[in-house]
Amino acid sequence: MKTDVTAKNRKPLTRKDFASDQAVRWCPGCGDFMILAIMQKAFAQMDHPKEKFLSVSGIGCSSRITYYLDTYGIHSIHGRAIAVATGAKLAKPDLNVWVFTGDGDCMAIGGNHFIHACRRNADLNIVIFNNNIYGMTKGQSSPTTPVGKKTKTSPEGSYENPFNIGEVAIGAGVSFFARVPDNDPLLMEKMMLEAYHHKGTSVIEVLQNCVIFTDGIHEQITGKETKQDNQIVLEEGKPMIFGKENERGLTTSEMRIKTILPGPDAGEAMIHNPADDNIPLQMALVKMQIPELPVATGVIRKVDSESYSAYVHKMIAREQQRSEFKTTSDLYHSGNTWEIE
Amino acid sequence: MKESVLTPSMNRVVVRFSGDSGDGIQLTGDLFSQSSGIAGNDLTTIPDFPAEIRAPQGSIGGVSSFQIQIGGTEIYTPGDAADVLVVLNPAALAANLSYIKPGGTIIADRDTFVPKNLKKAGYESSPLEDDTLEDFQVIRAPATSLTKEALKDLGLDNQAMARSRNMFALGVVLFLFSRPLTKTVRFIERKFSGKPSLVEANVRALEAGYNFAHSTELSGSSIVIPPANLPKGTYRNIDGNTAAAWGLLSAAEAAGLRLSLCSYPITPASEILHELSKRKDMGAIVFQAEDEIAAVCAAIGAAFSGNLSATTTSGPGASLKTEAMGLAVISEIPLVVINVQRAGPSTGLPTKTEQSDLNQALYGRHGEAPLPILAASSPDDCFYYSYMAAKIAVEHTTPVILLSDSYLASGTSPWRIPEKGDLPDIEIPKFKGAPEEWQPYSRSEEFLNRSWMWPGDAGFEHRIGGLEKKENSGNLTYEPLNHERMTQIRKEKIERISAKIPDQTVLGAKSGHLLVLGWGSTHGAISTAVSELIEDGEDSIGFTHFNYIYPLPANSKDVLSQFEEILVCELNDGQFLNYLRSHFPQFTYHKFTKVQGQPFFTSEIKAAIINTLDNSHED
Repeated sequence: MKTDVTAKNRKPLTRKDFASDQAVRWCPGCGDFMILAIMQKAFAQMDHPKEKFLSVSGIGCSSRITYYLDTYGIHSIHGRAIAVATGAKLAKPDLNVWVFTGDGDCMAIGGNHFIHACRRNADLNIVIFNNNIYGMTKGQSSPTTPVGKKTKTSPEGSYENPFNIGEVAIGAGVSFFARVPDNDPLLMEKMMLEAYHHKGTSVIEVLQNCVIFTDGIHEQITGKETKQDNQIVLEEGKPMIFGKENERGLTTSEMRIKTILPGPDAGEAMIHNPADDNIPLQMALVKMQIPELPVATGVIRKVDSESYSAYVHKMIAREQQRSEFKTTSDLYHSGNTWEIE
Repeated sequence: MKESVLTPSMNRVVVRFSGDSGDGIQLTGDLFSQSSGIAGNDLTTIPDFPAEIRAPQGSIGGVSSFQIQIGGTEIYTPGDAADVLVVLNPAALAANLSYIKPGGTIIADRDTFVPKNLKKAGYESSPLEDDTLEDFQVIRAPATSLTKEALKDLGLDNQAMARSRNMFALGVVLFLFSRPLTKTVRFIERKFSGKPSLVEANVRALEAGYNFAHSTELSGSSIVIPPANLPKGTYRNIDGNTAAAWGLLSAAEAAGLRLSLCSYPITPASEILHELSKRKDMGAIVFQAEDEIAAVCAAIGAAFSGNLSATTTSGPGASLKTEAMGLAVISEIPLVVINVQRAGPSTGLPTKTEQSDLNQALYGRHGEAPLPILAASSPDDCFYYSYMAAKIAVEHTTPVILLSDSYLASGTSPWRIPEKGDLPDIEIPKFKGAPEEWQPYSRSEEFLNRSWMWPGDAGFEHRIGGLEKKENSGNLTYEPLNHERMTQIRKEKIERISAKIPDQTVLGAKSGHLLVLGWGSTHGAISTAVSELIEDGEDSIGFTHFNYIYPLPANSKDVLSQFEEILVCELNDGQFLNYLRSHFPQFTYHKFTKVQGQPFFTSEIKAAIINTLDNSHED
């Protein structure tokens, strides 16, 4: 008997609908578990029917997630998830396409696809698990490994300047960028849903902990004791304030961001407006680093745009409507032909 | 002066048009091809462009040529050397003297043979006046001045008037081949529709050339090429790249699928990307990727999503795609990869032709990664084989490589537009039952292909990927015996396709002394050479040509076994020969190869056959 697939008769989806039957294999304590749980929860809240979800990943610990999500999925090859997803989204623009990748997969071997996805603005959601290391291949430096960090390939401490993922994304023209710690499930869920509703390429950087090779690397930013002073959660329409008592704020002076103590004397903290196409300010926000400034999380940039995938299909529809050719035969018989009797 | 090679009733003739790259040579050639097609001739053409986009005007490097062979019999090549050479400047003459037969006719625009142009072409004195051309019939046509005279009251400047002298030359050639002007005038009207002054200028120049020929030494020497016995139907000229693009369109239409093409620009494959970019009107979804790897990966994404999916490239790009093709093999994704080969390795000779990517197609992936390989053999059959590549990809859920090459890509031949029922159906292997009865890697009993379910098919959500799969379920597994079994299944799946492939046929003797053997784009030269030898009474040779490279047609061994010796002709250093030897080591092979970036000449193949026969007689 054929399963009833009409949307009307369906029950609302729950996170369990997105759990596959495969055993989840990450190291105990890995930040990836939280991401998986939140993705399943967020997926259940999206408007697409389950069969229109597509999860695409590359290679690395992050990329195993496609096996654990009960959606259509492609566990592709190293660095290429974005390219695979772009082809899929263009082929079927009604799909809800999610890319899961890591700092090595996306920013090193897949760097070219990443920057082009940012500028091209196909309606993809790209979740980057940033643990600042190659985990699956057992601990080599990645493009986001901080200077000085000892790794298998930098036993004296990493000496390459790392990428700031948000800086690369915004520099390449991405229309949506959010950053979220792996230990803030509520913020993560909210970010995933905002990315889903955004039309165009959405990049979500998750500050993810690797218990084996970079344990605690984000601790200063995300730890219970330190996060209030070292992290600022940006919210649309809200003043940029942080600190244990929300006692500090951010403003700009001479095109630089600086910390102030808001109040009648010190002036006002800036109001966050991610929808404003203000690249210099968003670039400055995304680049903030401790100890001078708090690290920004939340949606840093979200500007309205027409997605590439929608535009391509609009063009196709227009050309099909204009064209005198309805079938290939019409095309083949156009132009200079002759008959052999 | 040699006796003319032209006679009033010839069965085939080779004409070569040549001039500066700004002279409209390709258009001239196209119009003559159309005229020949309408006259019922079979034909094959090849353009010869300068390598530089803008070479200096009047220089030998800037010469653009177009060669066509027409005939009252089947024509498979543009011909070795020209019977008629049209040159619009001295550089064109200098560049083409080695492409004309002794006794051939040269039609030259004598107005351009002035000291400045002669110097650019390396001539110290005019070859039209000295004895340089004593072996040829030379028509010294005042093309520029007569064209200007014909156009003088149209209000065009000198340069614009001179630009129409290609039509003057065409008028001369049309007269020479006893063609009426009416159809060509209609093509010109269509080509320049909306620009009446251009139509007028071109038609006047055409008529001026025709009248010049009529009233001079050419009068009385006109030639009639009888119509060839071609199958009934509607025809058009088509080049190999357009044909490959259209084959994909037809396959998508036949399968009821949208077409996705994901490619990166590369010579000489880009025209497929260009053509399908224009085919938004047919619903084609075209993605110009950021690199070759992105192109093939995007194509894999499009295929998984349920479109007929293709990526097009040439050798260097195919190298970059190989890792992803391994993914398509292990995940069993229907994907068409078209490699329009060029001369390599590396950047090599990017505008020249070669068949040297065969080893790459056969063996150029890591792991055991078999996939079907097809090769087209003429510009027009690029349509059929790209259609068949798509059919095999879809029906057998596998990536397929189609090999074309630079020679096919830019050459043209008449293409009979397929009619309803001419092409085989394409059946999509959808699973018809309920999701719970289905597994992602369960297979058809007959062909071992898996079914193709895609996003949107509710209840069939599944994951694919590059890791080894458990038989049937597709779940990840490292089980040793499972990997071996899956390796065998993936190979057997491809080999069983041979049941659908037509048997290998033989031209000439079905058994005997020598089997001449080729594959892909060399069909024209080899078949013409063998046919001519058979006409001359050589009765112990046969010819067989392969379009299906892997798997081989089921009767291949039987065909080869009927001959004492086999001469394998190919444009590489013997790759297909080695492949055959690995399958059928029991036979006696000889090789005839050429790695010059040039197609075979019929004469070379004939000589190779005769040499092989002579040598074996001596043995």
